[in-house]
Amino acid sequence: MTTTTAPTPVLEASGVTMRFGGLTAVRSVDLTVNSGEIVGLIGPNGAGKTTFFNCLTGLYVPTEGKVSYKGKVLPPKPHLVTSAGIARTFQNIRLFANMTVLENVLVGRHTRTKEGLWSALLRGPGFRKAEAASRERAMELLEFIGLDHKADHLSRNLPYGEQRKLEIARAMASDPGLLLLDEPTAGMNPQETRATEELVFAIRDRGIAVLVIEHDMRFIFNLSDRVACLVQGEKLVEGTSEVVQGDERVIAAYLGTPFEGAPGDEEAAEVEAAEAGAAEAAEAAEAAEASSSTSKEGTAQ
Amino acid sequence: MASNDTTAPERGLIALPQSVARVLVAVGAVATIASTFMSWTYTDEFPGDLTYYGSPAGLQILDLVAGIFTLLFALTLWNVRGLGWLNPSGATQPVVLASCSAFAVSWFSAIAIAVDLKGLVALDPGAYVTAVGSLIALLGALALPKPGDTFKDYVTKPDNIPPAAKIPVWGERLVITGATAAALIIFAYGIGVDPEASETFLGYLLLVVFGIWALMTAGLFDRFATLNSRHKGFATSMAFLAAALFPFVENNEHNSNLGVNILVVATVALGLNIVVGLTGLLDLGYVAFLGVGAYAAALVSGSEFSRFSGVQFPFWAAMLTGMAASLVFGVLIGAPTLRLRGDYLAIVTLGFGEIFRISVNNMDGSSGPNLTNGPNGISMIPDLNIFGFNFGSSHDVGGVTLGRFANYFLLMLIITAIVVVVFNRAADSRIGRSWIAIREDETAATAMGINGFRVKLIAFALGASLAGLAGTVSAHVGYSVNPAPYQFAGSVPPNSAFLLAAVVLGGMGTVNGPILGASLLYLLPEKLGFLREYQLLAFGLALVILMRFRPEGIVANRRRQLEFHDTGQLDIPEQALPDTTVGVTKAGA
Repeated sequence: MTTTTAPTPVLEASGVTMRFGGLTAVRSVDLTVNSGEIVGLIGPNGAGKTTFFNCLTGLYVPTEGKVSYKGKVLPPKPHLVTSAGIARTFQNIRLFANMTVLENVLVGRHTRTKEGLWSALLRGPGFRKAEAASRERAMELLEFIGLDHKADHLSRNLPYGEQRKLEIARAMASDPGLLLLDEPTAGMNPQETRATEELVFAIRDRGIAVLVIEHDMRFIFNLSDRVACLVQGEKLVEGTSEVVQGDERVIAAYLGTPFEGAPGDEEAAEVEAAEAGAAEAAEAAEAAEASSSTSKEGTAQ
Repeated sequence: MASNDTTAPERGLIALPQSVARVLVAVGAVATIASTFMSWTYTDEFPGDLTYYGSPAGLQILDLVAGIFTLLFALTLWNVRGLGWLNPSGATQPVVLASCSAFAVSWFSAIAIAVDLKGLVALDPGAYVTAVGSLIALLGALALPKPGDTFKDYVTKPDNIPPAAKIPVWGERLVITGATAAALIIFAYGIGVDPEASETFLGYLLLVVFGIWALMTAGLFDRFATLNSRHKGFATSMAFLAAALFPFVENNEHNSNLGVNILVVATVALGLNIVVGLTGLLDLGYVAFLGVGAYAAALVSGSEFSRFSGVQFPFWAAMLTGMAASLVFGVLIGAPTLRLRGDYLAIVTLGFGEIFRISVNNMDGSSGPNLTNGPNGISMIPDLNIFGFNFGSSHDVGGVTLGRFANYFLLMLIITAIVVVVFNRAADSRIGRSWIAIREDETAATAMGINGFRVKLIAFALGASLAGLAGTVSAHVGYSVNPAPYQFAGSVPPNSAFLLAAVVLGGMGTVNGPILGASLLYLLPEKLGFLREYQLLAFGLALVILMRFRPEGIVANRRRQLEFHDTGQLDIPEQALPDTTVGVTKAGA
């Protein structure tokens, strides 16, 4: 946990509401991510987590509310959000499948480089320098996630876990202050999940705040400084892992609540007794049948 | 070869001992070669005049080449010293395909003679010898060990091709030079075929297709590609040098004219490749930009039919005017339409392409402002004159007289070179990577900080201005401009469908692909006169067949090839990429 005296907010979302026609996918959600913090975002399927992410990154324009990054309100354009300093990964991997691993990361450098068409055509010393610097930074990131030996592979040929890692490296290439990870461990085995956990910690140690959506509870509660739970578009609870884990409403949202007029203890006991009785009766019947058949055999003899 | 002797001898399709099979191929090849020195028919009515003894002509020359080709491949089966490079893995496939080329040319010639001249009586002994000889060679080749169980194994490259032996750098450059020279000769021969002699051209096509196929299955193309990528600059300059030599080799105004037109459509196709191949924007109205460039150049050319007949810009200014006009037009069309994706963009660009043609058709002063002289167009465009070099008259260069079209050919070649450089440099840069990223996944690209609209507009504008550049020259080459050719689909290139087909057929995202595609698509209808009425039908058929069997195009981008034929994880490059180039669109390699 960070021990900064006064945490400075990196991301402030206030009253973010997203309506699709009559459907309200996200309802007035407030969320703050402080620098050097890992914040988890959980919620059952369809709770609006990814929609909220899309609102943050400008892929959707929120119906109401505003999102600001380091005190500045973000314009609702994905590329401007990225250049402001928020990078993201996607729930279903969206790498540039037919580009090499290195090229994928180089595309991530887009906002931090300025070389336009003219400098590409004229190939001046500035262009070469910028290209070399980009390549160096990209290779450094690939080393960081451990994919530098596969820099020349097509990204579509990487195994699943490495594709997820590459997506993270590509997002980090834009030198973000905040990284949004949308289910980074989906489809991973326990070892890979562990490795991803380490990776996220390492990213945090680089001074990048992280906001993670995840379904793997052990992963998210290990990782996060704070967890927010989103249910049906509304933020139910926010707090430390313990608080959220202990919250009845969260458990209810995931496992369901007993419905009204649900069988009470008495009724439950009754049912149990009845079931036991039925079982006994069945056993007795079976035994009787067995004995009767033997007796029949006996008489026949 | 060696492996077949040691391991259990695998039988071919025809059960014959291996030694017999080899001898059969060689004997058949020799017979084919010999037959080309005999008379094939008694009359000179058949194109090419195949009546002489001792001097091959027309189809006989092609058959001679095919025979020698087969013989060489047959000799590789005996491990003849000095020929090992031709068939490094000693595979059966190239031998079969080489003998197929001889068989195809021989039998096609014999059948064509018999059909054209109404009967087998028209055949002289030579034709029978070539038919039998090539058949023997083919049968012998089929008796060689089977490369696999299916027919497909006969036409695919084997996997066990050893890497090329190390040769000195000058040797490698010599190989590149030799190959480029061979390509020039082959290409020049193809262009030089008499348009009346469709039979000869068909024979040429058969030979080229089977021959290239044989070389491909022998693994020589892959080796050449590695050589090329190692000497990229050298290979490119050799290719342009060879192209520059074309008017000297094929010194004939008609063929030079063909050459200019091919270069124009190839250059425009290359510009379209930026839009379609790199950025993935389907533009169905691209030919309009060529038209804008051509009209702009025509208006400032000083032609008396031009609205501004008094104005005569020097060429460089006209060129810039054409480019600028196309650029403006491209931005005007692109700005509203590039917010659309996929099919919607295609439909809108198709519409804009037609709008251009119809507007130009009506701007004649009566149904619109007087600017383009309507359907009559602007004619009598004067020839270019750069630094006192008049493109309209003949010049003697090194003992060879270069006519008007040869002059324009050389000018157009420079412009093609510029466009190739622009394409390569743009593709291998930050902006090129963002184009490809947008093609791959636009949402992810914008989330990576790429301003999709802006980057797409740059691609659109660059493609448009390159087409405009080609248009300025084409206006002068053709003496006149009129709205008719700038339509979506038509029987005469350039039209949008033709350009798009050249890109897709040749290979999207590559440099060589669209050039090759445009040359083939331009040349085929030109030389196969009998197709005239069925041209579009044949065109469609060719597209369907190619898309079925080679969807990545004739020249495959490494990336595309992997996309369409999943080869597992086999994309590890031979060596790490050099520092100067990332693998963005390894054109031609």
